[in-house]
Amino acid sequence: MSLALLDRQSERSSQTRLAVVDCDIHPTFRSEQDILPYLPARWREHMLQYRRNVRQGLHGTLTHPRMQVNRVDAVTPDGGPPGSDVEFMRTHHLDTNNVEWGLLQALQPAAHAERNLEFGAALASANNDWQIAQWIDKEPRLRGGIQVTQEYPEAAVREIERRARDRRFVQVSLSPRAVEPLGRSRYWPIYEACERNNLPLGLHVPGFGSGFASTPAGWPSFYLEEHQSFAYIIMGVFTSMVLEGVFERFKGLKLVLVEGGFGWVPPLCWRLDKHWEKMRGEVPHLKRPPSEYIREHIWFTTQPMEEPERPDDLVRVIEWIGWDRLLFSTDYPHWDFDDPKTVFQIKLTQEQKRMIFSENAKRVYELS
Amino acid sequence: MRIPFAGAIDCDVHVTVPGLAVLVPYLDTYWRERVRVQQLERLDLTLTSYPPTAPLSGRADWRPEKGPPGSDLALLQREALDKFQLRYAILNCLWGSQALFAEDMAAALCRAANDWVASEWLDRDPRLRASIMVPAQNPELAAAEIERRASDPRFVQVLVLAGLDLPLGRRLYWPMFRSAAEHGLPVAIHAGSAYRHPPSASGWPSFLLEDYVSNTQLFAAQLASLVSEGLFAKFPTLKIVLVESGFTWLPAFAWKFNKTWRGVRMEVPWVAKPPFDIIREHVRFTLQPVDAPNETTTLNDAIAQLGSDALLLFSSDFPHWQFEAADVLPEGLSDQLLKKILVDNPLATYPRLKETVA
Repeated sequence: MSLALLDRQSERSSQTRLAVVDCDIHPTFRSEQDILPYLPARWREHMLQYRRNVRQGLHGTLTHPRMQVNRVDAVTPDGGPPGSDVEFMRTHHLDTNNVEWGLLQALQPAAHAERNLEFGAALASANNDWQIAQWIDKEPRLRGGIQVTQEYPEAAVREIERRARDRRFVQVSLSPRAVEPLGRSRYWPIYEACERNNLPLGLHVPGFGSGFASTPAGWPSFYLEEHQSFAYIIMGVFTSMVLEGVFERFKGLKLVLVEGGFGWVPPLCWRLDKHWEKMRGEVPHLKRPPSEYIREHIWFTTQPMEEPERPDDLVRVIEWIGWDRLLFSTDYPHWDFDDPKTVFQIKLTQEQKRMIFSENAKRVYELS
Repeated sequence: MRIPFAGAIDCDVHVTVPGLAVLVPYLDTYWRERVRVQQLERLDLTLTSYPPTAPLSGRADWRPEKGPPGSDLALLQREALDKFQLRYAILNCLWGSQALFAEDMAAALCRAANDWVASEWLDRDPRLRASIMVPAQNPELAAAEIERRASDPRFVQVLVLAGLDLPLGRRLYWPMFRSAAEHGLPVAIHAGSAYRHPPSASGWPSFLLEDYVSNTQLFAAQLASLVSEGLFAKFPTLKIVLVESGFTWLPAFAWKFNKTWRGVRMEVPWVAKPPFDIIREHVRFTLQPVDAPNETTTLNDAIAQLGSDALLLFSSDFPHWQFEAADVLPEGLSDQLLKKILVDNPLATYPRLKETVA
């Protein structure tokens, strides 16, 4: 069968297939040098001479070597890193999986983790220009996240204000591995700017950042453990933002938690509500049980999807959270990619599919 | 609901060292001298995780007239042992010896506290059993303390705090686990932290409520460590008891752990079956706090998701405030499950209880 025929067939079948909004796609540098053209001369020289100053022992690699960071089949035709070529991503992922909108989570160059705050702000801004020039201008289905450095709220607010009217950006991206829990007031100017500009706040788990151990038990030995910590990191941020009263204060703030899973949400909410009953004297600024804020302000992306031993338990988890709170994501091109065709081991109704794969995200991000 | 029959085994009851002064008679000459010269009696060695005055640390009607919650035997007898008609209660002493940096001092204080528990508590009520507090700061010293106390059958397990220097599965800790396994003693990991690491990867939260809720992530990380490092492959008879950990978080954690393991198991060839199966074989959870809504369907769903009726061990968490009146059990559990939780599971977990029952 010729490739042209295959293409026509997939085109036909895509008309009946569900359109997908993928809330977690990683655009990748071919090399660290890719950011240089987008940096001012002063910071370009700094980068070439001093490189990055981060809070971990290894400068250029993650704390735990991963199996494959990426899908082996996502290597670009000319041998480049997966996720580094917009043309290839278009056919390999966006067309193949019928992605109507793809939200970029541009984790490099990890501006949030830079200890030199002015440099961090310059890196974040350069990253935003790179997203536009290399990705969104070339592929209209892609949308960006305004990268900001949460440890430098003044610069973060400036960057948000500068980009907010550009509808090619649909959210503000912060790192959940901050030096203080994200509910604390030093970060509130950022939330105020999100609310003012009606931009959801997206928190994607990064490989490094605060310098604190990735788990409250200390640094784990294995990537197997480190992978579990993505959930703990998001759980900690979630708890902090709710208990510090962020959602009492910023009633219009929308928070999207990316790549932290969602199976933990019901039990954590039960635990929060139960112990809040006894210790509410410590948090008098909270007017309602913690779980109520969550149902109004927080959404969760689906990957890595929990796979219960009894598949139907997933239905119970989602019913508790709400079918309207989940936003589908693949994590393309990372190795733990969730395939929209196979990821749900439960039977969803057409309505549930439409909500999770598309409508919820369109509503949260006002995509059109 | 109340306990429907007599003879339950309470696997988490707290005793509190009211101050270092009570331990002086149990210290050796050198440490008595250290206490005298350094005036160590003035030190407040209560843990940050459990401020004695906080609502959580002592239910209003379970606070003694003087002294911190958990320091009054008569109150414990009346409000827990008698009221719940217990056959046994296992005493867990949470105290600052686990948070010290000087490991010799930690060892000396653990020794003294264990001996104090034996003579001030165990000797005074035959229904009491206890956990051996160990200086996990130095696993060799911890093993030595296990050896020293293991000959007393009233000590039925080893006790460490959930938050220590390193993840507990690390092989550095294996001398402690080896000693526990050799004596058939489960190792209890209790909520709370020495705070070598903040409760979140984004640093230090503001509130005690936040710290307490975040024990979930701490316990999950410890389970991930124990399994991933191969502790249970090395010590196949070892049992771990997570105490005051909650349990409704376990299924979601274990589902994800299983899924990741399928992808990356090459990294840990000694983990030869799904982690959730290993957890069900080796790990037990005390009942309180029951972190679930007050309606029975959700709780029963959550329990069904555990995939075994052998995992839960009855606990009141006395004198911590987890429930009202005598309603130490959640509503809606089947009679069959209640019997497992209240009696069968504790007996199966603690061989030393079975020996004394028989």
